[in-house]
Amino acid sequence: MSNLQSGNGHTHILLRHRDIPDIDNLDVYRENGGFKVFEKVVTTMEPGEVTEIVKASGLRGRGGAGFPTGLKWSFIDEHNWPHYVVANADESEPGTFKDREIMEGNPYQFLEGIAICAYAIKANAAYIYLRGEFWQIAERLDSHIEALEMDSILGTDLFGTDYSLKIYTHLGAGAYICGEETALLESMEGKLGQPRLRPPFPPSYGLFGKPTVVNNVETLANVPPIIENGAEWYQAIGTGKSTGPKVFSLSGRVVHPGNYELPLGTTFRELIFEHGGGIPDGRSIKAIMAAGASSALIVADEKALDTPMDYESVPDLGAQLGSASIIVIDDSIDIPWLVNKTAHFFSHESCGKCTPCREGTYWMMKLTERIVSGSGTQDDVALLHDVASQVQTKCLCALGEFAIEPVLSGIERFPADFEAVTKGKDIS
Amino acid sequence: MLAEKYSQEINNIIEKYPPEERRAAVMPLLHLVQRDQLVIDRASMGEVAEILGITTTEVASIVGFYSLYYDQPGGKYRIQVCTDLPCALRGADQFMEQLCHRLGIEPGGTTRDGLFTIEPVMCLAACDKAPMFQLQSGEGIEYHENQTVENALSLIESLRAQVAHKGGHHRRDENE
Repeated sequence: MSNLQSGNGHTHILLRHRDIPDIDNLDVYRENGGFKVFEKVVTTMEPGEVTEIVKASGLRGRGGAGFPTGLKWSFIDEHNWPHYVVANADESEPGTFKDREIMEGNPYQFLEGIAICAYAIKANAAYIYLRGEFWQIAERLDSHIEALEMDSILGTDLFGTDYSLKIYTHLGAGAYICGEETALLESMEGKLGQPRLRPPFPPSYGLFGKPTVVNNVETLANVPPIIENGAEWYQAIGTGKSTGPKVFSLSGRVVHPGNYELPLGTTFRELIFEHGGGIPDGRSIKAIMAAGASSALIVADEKALDTPMDYESVPDLGAQLGSASIIVIDDSIDIPWLVNKTAHFFSHESCGKCTPCREGTYWMMKLTERIVSGSGTQDDVALLHDVASQVQTKCLCALGEFAIEPVLSGIERFPADFEAVTKGKDIS
Repeated sequence: MLAEKYSQEINNIIEKYPPEERRAAVMPLLHLVQRDQLVIDRASMGEVAEILGITTTEVASIVGFYSLYYDQPGGKYRIQVCTDLPCALRGADQFMEQLCHRLGIEPGGTTRDGLFTIEPVMCLAACDKAPMFQLQSGEGIEYHENQTVENALSLIESLRAQVAHKGGHHRRDENE
C-alpha cells in the first residue's frame, strides 16, 4: 500500500483544497497545474488514448457500483451522435457527503475531469445533475463554468483545435432514486425519475436517447491526476483490484466524523479509530454500515475491523463497499430502531415503478414500526424477513435490493436485539 | 405572467438543452416558479406546460413526484431537519422534537404567524455536521449545520425581525 496521505498533513489527490487554500479560485487552480492536463489531452492525444490510460489505471466508479470507468467510456456507441457526459452529483445516500466537499472545495478538478471525459468520448456537451438541495453549489459551479469560458478553457475551438465543449448544471428536486443512472437520465429529460429497463445501457442509449457516459463526481475528480501521472502511478495506490485513493465519508457514533481521503484497502480499524478518533462516551462499537443506508450490517468484531476497505474484501463480510459511506453504530443502538430508520427512508424514496419494491418497502416500514413500538411479536420478525426476501431480485434497479440489506442482515446477525423487543409478546 | 416577468431567465434555461428536447427544462422552470411564489399552483403548471409544449397533467406529475416542489402552501420559510439514520445517531430526532416543542407546533406544522414550517426530511449529505437543517425560502436553499435548538431559535427570531422590518411583505412580493 502506498504511503500516500491523508488527514495527517500529507498530500491529498482529491481533497486538494485541504492542502492548497483557495484552490476553488481558477487562478490558484491553474497556478497549481490546473487544466494543463486538459490542454495536453486536447492538443496532443487521440480520444481513444485517454480512455486507454483510464482503463489501465484500474479506476472504478466511486458512486457505489464500482464499475471500471475506462471500460464504461470504451462502450460509447460510435455510430450514434451526439454523445453526452452526465456527471452524477445527486449524492443522496444516507451517510454520503463526499461529492459535496469535492464540488465545494476543489470544483475545478471535478470540472477538468468532466472536460477530459468529454474529449475522450467525443462529446461536446456535458451536464452536471445536482440534487435540488445543492442549490448553492450549482450557483457556484455556474460561476466557475463562466470563469472557464472567459479563459477559453470551455467554449468553441479550444486551444487552437476544432474541439468545443459546453458544461451545464441541472438541478433535481429531491428524489434519491435519481442517483440511479437511468432514473437520473429520465429526470434530466423532464420526466419522473424512474429507472429504465436495461439493456440498452447509457453508453448506447443515454440522455435524449444518445450515447452517454454517466460518472459520479468523485470518479471524475480522479481523472486529471490519472492522466497527469499515468496509470502506473495510480495503480500503486490502493490494492491490486481496487486502485487509487477514496474519499471515505465517516458518520454516526464516532468522535471525529467527516471525509477522509485514504487509499482503498485501508482497514475499518484505521479509519474509525485512528482517523475518526474511536467511539465517544466510553461506548464500544457494535456494527458498521459500509455503503450508507444501503448496507448489510457488519458485526464489528476484530476480524471485521481488520478488513481492508476495498471492493474485494468487504464482500467477505457479507456486505459491500458501495460508495464507502461508513456509518458507525455503537452498543447503545438497538438494531430494530436502526432498521426502521432505513426502512422508512427506502419507503419514502421508492419511485413506485416496481411493485415488489413499492409494496415491500412500505410493509417493511410498517412492520418495523410495530416491532420498535414494542407491540410486535416474533411472528412479525419472521414476516419482516419474509417480505424482505420477496423483494430480492425482482426489481429494475438496486433500490429494492438496498432496502432489504439492513433488514435481512439485522435480523440474521443481531437476533438478540429483535428478541429483546418482542419478548413475551407471542400471541400463541 | 411568468413568461413576461422572467423572459430572460426562461430563455437562458431553455437554451441549455437541445431545441428538440425542450421538455428537459421543466424542472428548472418549476424551480423558477417556486422561487417566485413559494408554491406551484395550477395556473403556473399550465403556463410551464404551454412554454414547453407538454400537458398540464405531465407537469403536475413532476410536481407530485419530486419532494422539493410544493403544490400546497406552507410557511414562508421551511426549516427542513434531516432525521435520517446518520443524523439520528447524532441527536437529530431530539433536536427536531425540542425545536417543535419550543415553537409550540407538531413536526410538519407551521407557526401561528405563518412564517415557519418545520418538517423532517431525508438525508441532505451533511451527516458529519448533524443536527442540521436546510432553510428553504424564496431566496433559495441554505444549509445550517452543527445546530443546537438555541441556534435555530435565534435564526428564527432574526428572520422574524427581518420580516417585521419589511412590513410583513416578502421582498419579491413588493414588485407585484
